[in-house]
Amino acid sequence: MKPVPLLHEPWRSTQRQERAASFGMWIFLGSEALLFGGLLLAFAATRALHVEGFRAAGRATDVALGTANTLILLTSSLAVAIAVEAARAERRRLALGGLLAGLLLGLGFLVVKGFEWHSDIAKGLFPGGAALQGMPGATLSSSFYWLLTGLHGLHVLGGLTLLGWMGLQAWRRLRPLRSPGLEAAGLYWHLVDVVWVFLYPLLYLDGRA
Amino acid sequence: MSGRRGLLPAEARGAGAILGRALAVWLALVALALASLAMAYVPLGRGNMAVALGISSLKMLLIAAFFMRLRQAEGLRRLAAAACLLWLAFLFALTFTDLLTRAPASQPAPSDLARPPAPTTGEGAF
Repeated sequence: MKPVPLLHEPWRSTQRQERAASFGMWIFLGSEALLFGGLLLAFAATRALHVEGFRAAGRATDVALGTANTLILLTSSLAVAIAVEAARAERRRLALGGLLAGLLLGLGFLVVKGFEWHSDIAKGLFPGGAALQGMPGATLSSSFYWLLTGLHGLHVLGGLTLLGWMGLQAWRRLRPLRSPGLEAAGLYWHLVDVVWVFLYPLLYLDGRA
Repeated sequence: MSGRRGLLPAEARGAGAILGRALAVWLALVALALASLAMAYVPLGRGNMAVALGISSLKMLLIAAFFMRLRQAEGLRRLAAAACLLWLAFLFALTFTDLLTRAPASQPAPSDLARPPAPTTGEGAF
């Protein structure tokens, strides 16, 4: 691995470089928001047409695991936010410790998700599965559940890879702590958290009352 | 606008200040998450989804303002973030003005009726 200099072409000041990196990252986050936004729109429109089926499928999800995952991801965001702030203040141990904690919690999210998917399949909660026979609205909801949580899971994996790579470079002193790349990785991770914040009520809290 | 050459000084923030502010935001987020869980079990009819999504929007604003540092950001970054919300708003608004103003269907939606099982023998079978 090659060392990454703090200031590189074409910028002549770190302030402009940092602003450009953040602005560029936000544009990319906008595209990610529209990706999930489009899928959530499809979810919302389909739900408007099949309310009872969606409520039935919402009741069948595992609210305990869903809530646990929400709390895990929120704590992971906390750790990464602390890490990014600490990196800006050149506090090496706090920054690296926060990144590690965020990574481990993110991995924990994926582990819990894996167990949840396994249990869903065992219970027949998938399109065409035994538990959803005769409820086409619920089958539609289940399709969205698998698509949304699967795509979100891939984003979690990508975010973890990005955080891990930045963290590894920072740990081996190949990337300065105040590199904009670290903040960009943090921004991506927070977006992944925001997406889950919206998935949680739509997939787990529907039809509970 | 010419920037300074070289490195900006590191922001002098104590570990306590960093942890304190972040933890306060996290506590608010966790409280909101648990509140949305509790409200899900209160029968509000169509209000359930509205309350849940309202809480989610509040959490999103907290994460964006504090964890993603939009509160201290300059105008350009806030503009980029606001643009995300703006285009999503267009997407949802225009779709639902169509969907919610459609005339009632002349026949019931087939998917909400219980479908009789497909015959496996006899004339109707494949």
